[in-house]
Amino acid sequence: MSSTEARVPAGLLNPAERELMERTWRPRRGLWGWLIATDHKSIATRYIITAFVFFLLGGIEAFMIRLQLARPENHLLDPDQYNQIFTMHGTTMMFLFGVPIQLAVALYLVPLMVGTRNVAFPRLNALGYWTYVIGGLFLYVSFFLNTGPDAGWFAYVPLAGPQFSAGKRVDVWAQMVTFTEIAALTAAVEIIVTVLKQRAPGMSLNRIPIYVWAVLVTSFLVLFAMPSVALASTAMLAMDRLVGTHFFNPAEGGDPLLWQHLFWFFGHPEVYIMFIPATGYVSDIIPVFARRKMVGHTALVLSLVATGFVSFGLWVHHMFTTGLPQLGQSFFTGASLMIAIPSGVQIFCWIATLWAGRPRFDTPLLFVIGFIVLFVCGGITGVMIASVPFDQQAHDTYFIVAHLHYVQMGAFVFPLFAAFYYWFPKLTGRLLSERMGKWNFWLFFIGVNVTFFPQHFLGLMGMTRRVYTYLPETGWGPLNLLSTIGAVMIAVSVVLFIANVVRSLAAGLPAGADPWGAHTLEWDTASPPPPYNFAHIPVVDGLYPLWERSPDAAVVTGMAAGKRQVLVTSVMDAEPESIYEHPGPSIWPLIVALTIGVTFIFGIFTPWAFLVGPALMFAPLVLWFWPRRKEPRERGFAEEPA
Amino acid sequence: MRLPRALLALTAAAALAACGHRDLSALDPAGPQAGRIAALTWYLVIVGSAVFVVTTGFLLYALWRGGRRVENYSGEAAERHIHRWIYGAVGVTTLILLVTLIYDFTTGRALASFAEPDALTIRVTGHQWWWQVQYIDPVPSNRFETANEIHVPVGRRVRIEVQAADVIHSFWVPNLHGKVDLIPGYTNTTYFRADRAGVYHGRCAEFCGYQHARMDFLVIADPPAQFAAWYRNQLRSAPAPADSVQQAGQQVFLSTRCAMCHTVRGTEAGSRVGPDLTHLASRTTLAAGTLPNIRGSLGGWVLDPQSIKPGAYMPPNPLEPDELHALLSYLESLK
Amino acid sequence: MKRTFAPPYLRPAAVLALAALAAGCDLEQRSFQETPPGATAFPAVQTTDIQAGPKSADPSVGVYQENRWAVSQGQTWYEQFNCAGCHAPGGGGGMGVPLNDAEWIYGSDPENVFATIVEGRPNGMPSFRGKISNTQLWQLVAYVRSISGLTPRDTWSPRNDHMQEGRPNRAARPEPQLP
Repeated sequence: MSSTEARVPAGLLNPAERELMERTWRPRRGLWGWLIATDHKSIATRYIITAFVFFLLGGIEAFMIRLQLARPENHLLDPDQYNQIFTMHGTTMMFLFGVPIQLAVALYLVPLMVGTRNVAFPRLNALGYWTYVIGGLFLYVSFFLNTGPDAGWFAYVPLAGPQFSAGKRVDVWAQMVTFTEIAALTAAVEIIVTVLKQRAPGMSLNRIPIYVWAVLVTSFLVLFAMPSVALASTAMLAMDRLVGTHFFNPAEGGDPLLWQHLFWFFGHPEVYIMFIPATGYVSDIIPVFARRKMVGHTALVLSLVATGFVSFGLWVHHMFTTGLPQLGQSFFTGASLMIAIPSGVQIFCWIATLWAGRPRFDTPLLFVIGFIVLFVCGGITGVMIASVPFDQQAHDTYFIVAHLHYVQMGAFVFPLFAAFYYWFPKLTGRLLSERMGKWNFWLFFIGVNVTFFPQHFLGLMGMTRRVYTYLPETGWGPLNLLSTIGAVMIAVSVVLFIANVVRSLAAGLPAGADPWGAHTLEWDTASPPPPYNFAHIPVVDGLYPLWERSPDAAVVTGMAAGKRQVLVTSVMDAEPESIYEHPGPSIWPLIVALTIGVTFIFGIFTPWAFLVGPALMFAPLVLWFWPRRKEPRERGFAEEPA
Repeated sequence: MRLPRALLALTAAAALAACGHRDLSALDPAGPQAGRIAALTWYLVIVGSAVFVVTTGFLLYALWRGGRRVENYSGEAAERHIHRWIYGAVGVTTLILLVTLIYDFTTGRALASFAEPDALTIRVTGHQWWWQVQYIDPVPSNRFETANEIHVPVGRRVRIEVQAADVIHSFWVPNLHGKVDLIPGYTNTTYFRADRAGVYHGRCAEFCGYQHARMDFLVIADPPAQFAAWYRNQLRSAPAPADSVQQAGQQVFLSTRCAMCHTVRGTEAGSRVGPDLTHLASRTTLAAGTLPNIRGSLGGWVLDPQSIKPGAYMPPNPLEPDELHALLSYLESLK
Repeated sequence: MKRTFAPPYLRPAAVLALAALAAGCDLEQRSFQETPPGATAFPAVQTTDIQAGPKSADPSVGVYQENRWAVSQGQTWYEQFNCAGCHAPGGGGGMGVPLNDAEWIYGSDPENVFATIVEGRPNGMPSFRGKISNTQLWQLVAYVRSISGLTPRDTWSPRNDHMQEGRPNRAARPEPQLP
């Protein structure tokens, strides 16, 4: 009979059981072990690294854009190369870096923060990662074969249609979207189930850390937003291009605006898919560095949920110049202004917490402060362009470019860097250098402002987006040069960050379990965490488990050390319900991902791929789910032997 | 938004003083539509800057104040105190947003109510990468077509009907009004009025392929009498060649590639693929606002357009020197 | 380069990578400024009513035939230069001969089609000598040949953004000719 008992310092498992547990969860070695891994930390770590590599690639593309625009009539890139590069930049940052890295960090942290041993569906997790890698590789291999997409990251038809984008370039884009959709949807499902059903006993809904709330809301956004773009790109655009359907051909009853609706119905929530987890980092980091509990926890959680809902009512503000009826546009102006209120609530709570606490200015907090400043700026320009008349001037100009980079760089990358600095010790057991961290922050912060602030002016001076060059008479030269200088600063700061990581991996100070005096459960275990995360699943008795732990805090005992068991708890109150045995490592997720890759990549060339592909997928799927001798099964909690 | 008015004005002035030919500023309105939006913009900029300064001020104060604390400010009373501040801040935010919303709506309605049935109607069709301009009149003989340059009379409302021939473009003259998209299968309408005479630059604002960057046009606001004269001239067919050189040039035009795509009214050239060249010499720019309309750039454009606008649909025209000179003389006679 | 294209999935993995590299680069290349061989490169084109002209061995001709963008550009010229006026949109034929079948009176090689457009042919096909640039001509040739499936499958255009009139493209495949 499992029970919660008083914590015994020596640990409740005896050494032999401990050894058994190590053996049960230990990842296999070598290349094979790497290919079959299903541990959430192993998958999430490579997910994070892969996404970061794409961040660097997207950054190099951004840098090339800035070099091309540094002076008028520059001939560094021709329009064909420029169109491919800016499309790759947007696509990479949104689809291969933005969404994946947020889900990747969540896949690492969520099981630790809710106190469980692995994500809910470990093999699905591996499948998601492999699918994502195949999609990303496919895009970049195509790019280096001069088949990079060139119709912009939102691929408006008819420019992206069969007549005006000949060849396979846009097909590559459309299928890459499909791969990242699959990966994001699998991650969302895992996160939702992990959060709802695998929380440590005692972590009732009102005790879930804000970051976990944030990724829960994000996962639901993924679930409802992604199918829209999957339908639009994978089904409709790909079919228009491959078999000549007429979804977007106005002459035959199709409609180019349909694409914009479907794309932005996904595209706007996507911004929040990147932004909401970022606010989650901030809300969990601020209490640690302000050394005070968060002001207004409930308000923060409600703000996240409200943001999630309202984010589905904003998409038309990308389409204010398309001539939609005025009344309809007014609704979206209202919604776009309304979403500023929950964001405001969050900002006020953060400021209040810093005011009422005793902040210590370590690098993570610096990035958080930088985030607040940039986010306020980006938020205010967001309120400006929510206005239909003003947007009709600002739309598709560098004002929008400035706004979106303030919210992307400011409100997404800055918190992400804060999170890197904050959780790096947990991932690696080593601290990052504070001195280099501060250089990194200041260069980055100043660089972002120098790069993007002048672009507000450029927009108001008439510089439109996505131009590969401009004439000297326009007078845009000096501000563009300034912007390029800022980009150099950002590049230097990112190089510094990489140097910091490399140096710290080799010679960083050992971090210990909890270097920051933090409050969430992931700091309750070793750094880096053992494969089973916690020797004993902790029992939570407060919103700040490590700060509010009573001296006689309980842990869960009685789970078999020789099996991959996780505790299933109830949705509302996290009462223990049952023990579920997780499947072990498996090669089949990789094989299935490869068959998905074959299906979608050859689906560009022939529709037969969609008949052959699922047939190829059938065998690996059967083998994936083939019942083993020791079948994982759900057992009543009470039946578990003590 | 740290956007002090003086700074913006200074920057714009410095930039304009340096190169000063193209005024594409959204904050330098030349008519009531852009004027309303500019007023709204200044409101947004000023309120936004104020909010930014206040919020950042609070943040910095919080960091300074918190940094000096020895003891956390916490407890029941403290939380209540803090919550009161937060409620207050949310209240102020909501109020600002409401006022903004109302101002947005009233401006939007004012812009929409500018429509007028008997405005001068011009149909603008976007092509990759130039603008086809048709003046619509109830009397068919008062209609004509030109390209990349729109003349309007000062003080009269203009109705622009926009269409797209291939992909989505966007019609934007910052000094006169906001954008309106040209979408295949749709006809969108926008109204504006120029209140002072001048040359206003316009651009394509929606990414439309290789030469999106070089798809500009001009809106030239003329005093009514001057506009009427211009209009009468545009209605005419092209003048006949005045001398033997122009005669030879016309022959070059009609017998080589030019006539495959371009129209010169009054000659056999009647293809509607490229811009109408009937009154080419009366225009200020070439290649959709890319080059000044002078003999040198016209020659360069005819010989090798792909160096100037790579990807454009106009092919290179390797002409013999005497053919080229004749052709240029002819084109320059198309006043 | 000519005729080396085959669907890469039919080849072993190593060849696949190389083929993809070569094919990818060529298929998608956009060349705005090039001077292809023109009508002057074929001074000896002499045609009677029934004979195909001589072939050129110029290798750069094939590049246009296997380039997706060239075919698409050719489709644009086909519409803009009013080829469709006689041969119908999609090449189904009307006043002019159909282009989407396997029957080629004056030869189906790129050089033959080029010559047909440049020189004109008896019974109605006008000569476009001097009217269309060489680049455009080769693109037009590529499109005309793609209509009847003579260019690689991946260069065929599935549809354009207009009304679909007549038979859709690729309605007819090249059939073995009856003796």
